[in-house]
Amino acid sequence: MQKVMMGNHALSWGAKLSRAEVIAAYPITPQTEVVELLSNMCADGDLNAEFIKVESEHSAMAASMGAAAAGARTFTATSSQGLALMHEVLHWATGARLPIVMGNINRAMAPPWTIWTEQTDSIAQRDTGWIQIYTSSIQEIMDSVIQAYKVAEQIYLPVMVVLDSFVLSHTNENCDIPDQNKVDAYLPRFENAYRLNTDKPAAFGGLTGPDWYYELRYKIERDIQKAIPLFTETGKEFGEMFGREYGLVETYKLDDADIVLVASASIASTARPVIDQMREEDHKVGLVRIRVFRPFPADLLRKLLGGRKKVLVIDRNISFGMSGAFYAETKAALYNEKKAPPMWGYIAGLGGRDVPMDVIKGMITQTIAEDHPAEDIIWIGVKR
Amino acid sequence: MRYTIPEQEIMCSGHKACQGCGATLAMRYALKALGPKTILTIPACCWSVIDGPFPYSSVGVPLFHTAFETAAAVASGIRAGLAMRGDTETNVVAWAGDGGTFDIGIQALSGAVERNDDFIYVCYDNEAYMNTGIQRSSATPWGAVTTTTPARHFKQERKKDMIGIMAAHSIPYTASASVAYPEDFIRKLNIAKETPGAKFIHILASCPPGWKTAPELAIKLARLAVQTHVFPLYEIYEGRYYKLSMDPKKKPLIDYIKPQGRFRHLTEEQVDEMDKQVDERYDRLKEQVERSKPWFEAKKEK
Amino acid sequence: MSEEIKWESQSDMPLMAMSLGRMTVNKTGSWRNLRPVIDKEKCIKCGICWKFCPDVAISIDEEDYPVVNLDFCKGCGICATECPKDAIEMVKEK
Repeated sequence: MQKVMMGNHALSWGAKLSRAEVIAAYPITPQTEVVELLSNMCADGDLNAEFIKVESEHSAMAASMGAAAAGARTFTATSSQGLALMHEVLHWATGARLPIVMGNINRAMAPPWTIWTEQTDSIAQRDTGWIQIYTSSIQEIMDSVIQAYKVAEQIYLPVMVVLDSFVLSHTNENCDIPDQNKVDAYLPRFENAYRLNTDKPAAFGGLTGPDWYYELRYKIERDIQKAIPLFTETGKEFGEMFGREYGLVETYKLDDADIVLVASASIASTARPVIDQMREEDHKVGLVRIRVFRPFPADLLRKLLGGRKKVLVIDRNISFGMSGAFYAETKAALYNEKKAPPMWGYIAGLGGRDVPMDVIKGMITQTIAEDHPAEDIIWIGVKR
Repeated sequence: MRYTIPEQEIMCSGHKACQGCGATLAMRYALKALGPKTILTIPACCWSVIDGPFPYSSVGVPLFHTAFETAAAVASGIRAGLAMRGDTETNVVAWAGDGGTFDIGIQALSGAVERNDDFIYVCYDNEAYMNTGIQRSSATPWGAVTTTTPARHFKQERKKDMIGIMAAHSIPYTASASVAYPEDFIRKLNIAKETPGAKFIHILASCPPGWKTAPELAIKLARLAVQTHVFPLYEIYEGRYYKLSMDPKKKPLIDYIKPQGRFRHLTEEQVDEMDKQVDERYDRLKEQVERSKPWFEAKKEK
Repeated sequence: MSEEIKWESQSDMPLMAMSLGRMTVNKTGSWRNLRPVIDKEKCIKCGICWKFCPDVAISIDEEDYPVVNLDFCKGCGICATECPKDAIEMVKEK
């Protein structure tokens, strides 16, 4: 079935198709449409789910944990301040090994108040053990929710599907809504082997000393790394069943590229016509769109970027006192490589500042013109 | 021998509670009333440690340890998850201390009971943040010494009326209890079990180290609290109809105060001040009980 | 299932911190300074001591007398204080 829908609704559809059973969410601009549509779907009987109208995001994630621990497929959504409020409980969901899937609409952090897009909110959660998928089209949002459950439930770790505020959440795209039976075949019913079960009583999360806590953390890292091959595998399978394949990254005109742009989300999609333009001007430019940021696809990036002339990374986020996150981590992944290219890190689009084609072209042009980056952070468009 | 409470033990020995711990007795009784088809969620509190370290447990039922603020929200989630699995039988119980109920957990609790989610919330109240070493909470009574309310600046604020706050949400059933009256506590849990919606039980759990008293007096003090009218036992139905569980002839407050080191610094005048507060509250409670009598009469006639 | 649990490798451990045994491995009787001694002559078999033991360390035998489980009794003295017939004396542990 084809339907024109906004990014937020694609999240709702993803949850519906995944047969989410418990939804506990608190409204925040620009996420509200996600839960409003889910609420309507439940009310109309189109989605058989319990909808808990919690009183805060902290409780939204806590209630999600309870539901997931009881063995239900659980979904929630939030943004910026709400995500930040959940922080403590995000750690808990990971440690409790609960396969919760959450949509996060990237919105800049306050103060001052803002509702426009920036990735710092989800970047600030990159240490929590949550898998992170950065989407760049509305179709991808819907498809990513379904894939997210498939990965989460195999490794017992939570996943967030991330999308730009307004640029994706509130624009419309024609989407293919996959057939429910096919989705059921791709994503069958999940039986949590570790659910709270009165026939097999156990206490979860009890006090653990230094002799065993370390090993439990090791297990989390070991398992989050399993997501690397799993994303490729499940992405291929999705491609075979639904005609759209989703892996760890997406490349565009990369093969013979000397200059590679590494970007994510909507900036990456805006970059494609820029690359086409620059190719017409005889620049061998290519794109790597990082889709899965956690676990960080270091090996793959080493393969794709090693030996290139130059690499530039655009971050729509900042880790104060350091640099943009995609830049820092990509650079770190390449550090030990013999053929590591010089890398430029640009910051653009914070607080929803538009990043149109000519600005992207300007960054690539600057990189082409310089031998080495002058600084760790190159601010684009600041009114100095 | 005639057992006045269910015989079956679900909680086992070997747990980490202090000698004479009232919170442990509260759990022992609660599990007897609720039975093995019960799921507990416990936020940060003494019971986070009492249950035992990984990989052991002493409660004998599934237990989800959770973050300090979240007990009631997790309980809401567990109930929804069970419902989606077609399970409406299992008791869902949030088991929290006074800190996780009166203070840091109050938002989630208010939210969950406002939604009238179907679960039992038991607050075992030892009247301070005991697990972190006896710091004051809003459940600490007026006059008490804690590490954050030393004798020269003892607690000046009155104990928060948590039961009143719960009743203000119009939940089907709210009650107070004391570890010295297990039959009464179990009776109330049985009512809670059978009542759909949100239920809140506030049980006084004596704490020998926190109250600075000998462990052997734990039950005696939990009884004196009721007998001196400091901690009356009552129920509130639908947030409006009050029923006293017992109306003991008032024993002198000093009998309750004297054995507790946390009140040792109080002068005679201050004890009188406390007594006045106790009487005020009890009189107000009696008024509410009186006004509720017609409702209970009408129920009896049905 | 009340034996001590030990692992050599993380691969033997459960996926998360999940209990596999009961706390009865922990013999809290070693905490005691005082031990309850029950005088069967005075005991009226009311069961109050059983009722108020926080450590589930008192059981009732076939003759309805209380029996203290010294593996777990922490010596708190609640049983002695609550006994209506003063049939329990707290005696110094050796």
